[in-house]
Amino acid sequence: MSAPCIQVEGVAKHWPGQAQPALAALDLEIGEGEFVALVGASGCGKSTLLRLVAGLETPSAGRIRVDGEVVRGPGRDRAVVFQDYSLYPWLRVHENVSFCLALRAHFGPASLAEVEAAVARAHALLELMGLDAVRDHYPSQLSGGMRQRVAIARALLARPRVLLMDEPFGALDAQTREVMHELLLRLFQIEHHTILFVTHDVEEAIYLADRVVVLAPGPGRIDSIHVPVLPPPGERRPELKLAPEFLRYKQLVLERIRATSGVRHDLDKLDHLAELSRRARPD
Amino acid sequence: MTGGGSRDALWAVRGILGGRSYLVLAALGFASFVGGWWLLAASGLVDAVFLPAPDAVARRWYAWFSDGSLLVDVRVSLGRVLGGFSLAVLMAVPLGLYIGTFRPLQAFFEPLMEFARYLPAVAFVPLVMLWVGIGEAAKIALIWIGTFFQMVLMVSDNVRQVPMAQIEAAQTLGANRDEVISRVVFKSALPGIVDTLRITLGWAWTYLVVAELVAANSGLGYAILRAQRFLQTDKIFVGILLIGLLGLLFDQGFRLLHRRAFPWLHAR
Repeated sequence: MSAPCIQVEGVAKHWPGQAQPALAALDLEIGEGEFVALVGASGCGKSTLLRLVAGLETPSAGRIRVDGEVVRGPGRDRAVVFQDYSLYPWLRVHENVSFCLALRAHFGPASLAEVEAAVARAHALLELMGLDAVRDHYPSQLSGGMRQRVAIARALLARPRVLLMDEPFGALDAQTREVMHELLLRLFQIEHHTILFVTHDVEEAIYLADRVVVLAPGPGRIDSIHVPVLPPPGERRPELKLAPEFLRYKQLVLERIRATSGVRHDLDKLDHLAELSRRARPD
Repeated sequence: MTGGGSRDALWAVRGILGGRSYLVLAALGFASFVGGWWLLAASGLVDAVFLPAPDAVARRWYAWFSDGSLLVDVRVSLGRVLGGFSLAVLMAVPLGLYIGTFRPLQAFFEPLMEFARYLPAVAFVPLVMLWVGIGEAAKIALIWIGTFFQMVLMVSDNVRQVPMAQIEAAQTLGANRDEVISRVVFKSALPGIVDTLRITLGWAWTYLVVAELVAANSGLGYAILRAQRFLQTDKIFVGILLIGLLGLLFDQGFRLLHRRAFPWLHAR
């Protein structure tokens, strides 16, 4: 593995008023330029872990380092793409994308050349993300998929070291999600970011990531780490999702999630329900 | 279809109504009010001293207007309302913004404001007269008391409605605390704040009349009070209608401002 970019060292998170910690002494290292997906049953703490790396939450124990520096709060080196409601409805698409350019952290006393370079990059990102035609639209005028493109472009314009994506496609329909996968894979051929990606969609996780980390709930901990042997991300095509080796990985990860979810199904109760339905029918 | 009907059926639950039908029905509502009033007055069941006919009210309106004192009264009242209201806005909006943003300020101020807003503003009249006399300051103070506390609470609530994801996105893009407040929280809450101002301005008019009924020698509220002394019921009617009309005018003004200032809420 290349040099570690994100180092999670014995991190625990305890919410006040809750008996069990959301995360218990978790260790994880993510390499420079690596794409890691976090999956797991609900309540396993995958979003909590992402928010800890983002600096939006403070760990109860342990520490997180990004490029060797301990995370003490949110910062421009770690951009986050949220599931929804994070765009600014009063700004047009291009204003949303270039939001960070108005912030002091990016341009204190900036030179003209710096500003020009940033504006050029904003243009390029808009074009790359297929947002050129809607650059003057407001977010409310866009579909869910287009909105997430804006959110990704906005995060990328800040030139973060790490991109944290918290179920970014969770609210999209299946077709749009597929389009976004292709876009994302193509995008990261151009921009090499370290990515932490939280999702509940196992297929999405295996298709996009270099490594898939399965978290188990109660308390949140790493259950298993999977490194699917698949073509490199740049050569993956949607058909891959039907290939036998892909399905084998999917089966494997799903089994791990099921085993850790603690949910039991009593299938023999089905007969009882069928019997009741039969009796309820008048004939 | 049974049990509901499509949404464009006239009496559909949460149905759809065209713009023209809406206007016709609204006009009909006003017409039936005036018509009912006129019929009642014309029937002779009620003495004209207590219920003047619409045309008598209209004549009085014109007379009051043409002797020049109506515009003076309106201007005086308007000045008081806007004075008290502006003072409340200048203090309540920044305070509400910070109360809605910082928990310690919320803990410090909010219970206090909740208590203060239940203090009846009208009961402050004697106190206000003792403190600031019966001049213009008294009217402005009363309007301030009647609107400020509510406004603070409503603005802080507007601010708390700002989605956390908008705030966190700014933080992860490198915004500092001041930038989060000025570029995200305030901007995001602004349409709600303008709505709050629209609603509280209505209350400011209510307290204006209270203030002018108690101690004044000009203004619409005072004109109403004096008309009562001379049994000029028609003038009382004009005063009441005028205040209603001015309120409606300001309300529509705020709605227009809302559409102009926040195009993204209306863009489709």
